[in-house]
Amino acid sequence: MEQDFLLSAPITFLSIMATILMVVDALIKKSSKITFTLSWLTLGITGVLAAWTLKHNGTAFNGMITVGSFGAFFDILFCMGALLTLIAARPYMQRENLEHDEFHSLILFAVSGMMIMAHANSLLILFIGIEIMSVCFYILSGYMRSSVRSVEASLKYFLLGAFATGFLVYGMALIYGATGSFDYNQIFMAAQHELRFPSLMMIGIGLLLIGLSFKAAAFPFHQWAPDVYQGAPTVVTAFMSTAGKIAAFSAFMPIVAIVSPADTEMKIQIILAIISAATMLVGNISALTQTNIKRMLAYSSVAHAGYLMMGLVAISAHHARGVSGILYYLSAYLFMQLGAFVIVSILERSGEKNLEIEDYAGLSKRHPVLAALMTIFMLSLAGIPPFAGFFGKYYLFTAAIESGYTWLTIIAVISSIISVYFYIGLIVKMYFTEPNESGESTQQLPGIASITLAVSAVAVVFLGLMPAGLLDVIKLLFGN
Amino acid sequence: MNLQSIPLEYYLSLSAIMFTIGTVGVLTRRNAIIIFMCIEMMLNAVNLTLVSFSAFMGDSAGQMFVFFVMAVAAAEAAVGLAIVLALFRVKQTVYVDEINIMKW
Repeated sequence: MEQDFLLSAPITFLSIMATILMVVDALIKKSSKITFTLSWLTLGITGVLAAWTLKHNGTAFNGMITVGSFGAFFDILFCMGALLTLIAARPYMQRENLEHDEFHSLILFAVSGMMIMAHANSLLILFIGIEIMSVCFYILSGYMRSSVRSVEASLKYFLLGAFATGFLVYGMALIYGATGSFDYNQIFMAAQHELRFPSLMMIGIGLLLIGLSFKAAAFPFHQWAPDVYQGAPTVVTAFMSTAGKIAAFSAFMPIVAIVSPADTEMKIQIILAIISAATMLVGNISALTQTNIKRMLAYSSVAHAGYLMMGLVAISAHHARGVSGILYYLSAYLFMQLGAFVIVSILERSGEKNLEIEDYAGLSKRHPVLAALMTIFMLSLAGIPPFAGFFGKYYLFTAAIESGYTWLTIIAVISSIISVYFYIGLIVKMYFTEPNESGESTQQLPGIASITLAVSAVAVVFLGLMPAGLLDVIKLLFGN
Repeated sequence: MNLQSIPLEYYLSLSAIMFTIGTVGVLTRRNAIIIFMCIEMMLNAVNLTLVSFSAFMGDSAGQMFVFFVMAVAAAEAAVGLAIVLALFRVKQTVYVDEINIMKW
């Protein structure tokens, strides 16, 4: 009993604080300063609590959630992402006149949903976690209530997200029917033996994969991503495209692991490999033609989901390198994608101005530091050494090759080469083009958003120069 | 006459049909509210599946899941209708083919 509450402290603490924060919003007028302080303190303490439970490996609440290692690692990533987002959001929200206080509690609720997803040890808990996160995201993406674009993004996200939820729960119901339980361990055990309804199990797994692919924005369920990422306020996009995707993969990994015994004919493995290949090709090729920087980054995030799915293929082939590869890549991805979106949010001007790639012409003359940081993030996203993105890709590619998917790795390399074109294209635009008239010339300091940028840039460089540090931690926690 | 006198397959087929009708509705309708109602129908089809499996296996976990699905559906309805309302305020329409500032 004490064990349950002690070891699940990160989730419970964060959820309680999020609720308190909402009450504070309601009771105190002009509370954004208080809620901001409270929320970053909460996220910091939750991160510390998660780090404290990192070594304890087990389950809590009758095996409903796992505690320690896997979940705690993700807790730290989510808290880090949310913290960096909150800091970057403060100046952005002030400039856009969006200082409604619910923003902070919504972010915290979204994080609690993600943590529940990462800790889930039962399909029921996974469902609740996904829904808590998604409902918060629907609201957050429509946060600029007076902007047509933002509300449109919110509606599209909501309708498609709820549609995907239908598939997700239907998949869960069919798996329940086939295995007789929602519990991950019992599904894993049942999948190794004769099932009562083998066909229902396969349909269920397929539907579950559809639902999760939607949350991870994988082909062919990625169509919402560019629209939503473009329409939502930029800091919200930064949060959704990083922490949201990490959460989707934190749920994806155990699911793929537990259903793989039922996959005797390797159907799921092949389907995952095909989705992975299609996702990265579609993401990178569509990004080539974009003129809006948020759409370009959105398609690039779709492509990154494709790379990450190579790790899932390795997991379904029972290859342990898949797990460590995904964990490393997600950590790197958090910082590089978040950093890139935060720079976009700093340069953006109200009324969706300064969001075209054309507006970045000659940025190196106007904002030399921002241009340099953007270069770091772009090179890392493109997977160019010595930045974190390179090693992340390297581990995923080797994991795929060692699981016998050389063709998938070849496609991944080709799509990486395609992606270099638009990532480097932006750098060329910033450094070697003369600024055009429409480019904003007024100097606006990033304010405290510079903390986010500094942390992200240092993390990207550090993870790239010393990948062994994080990999040792991962090895220590998961034993390879 | 008890529940078991109707075979499990009948329940499953009915819910599969309901789910399909809901899916087709989502894909073909244009009114955001009707699309949302079709999604609710999909969720209710899932509830039927869960309850029938639960009854036939004598396991209560499935019925418990149904309560969570209903609670989530209610939360989604609250948020979803608010979003539709917000859209109507800025755009005076609830038809999804008229919200096309961004490429759909």
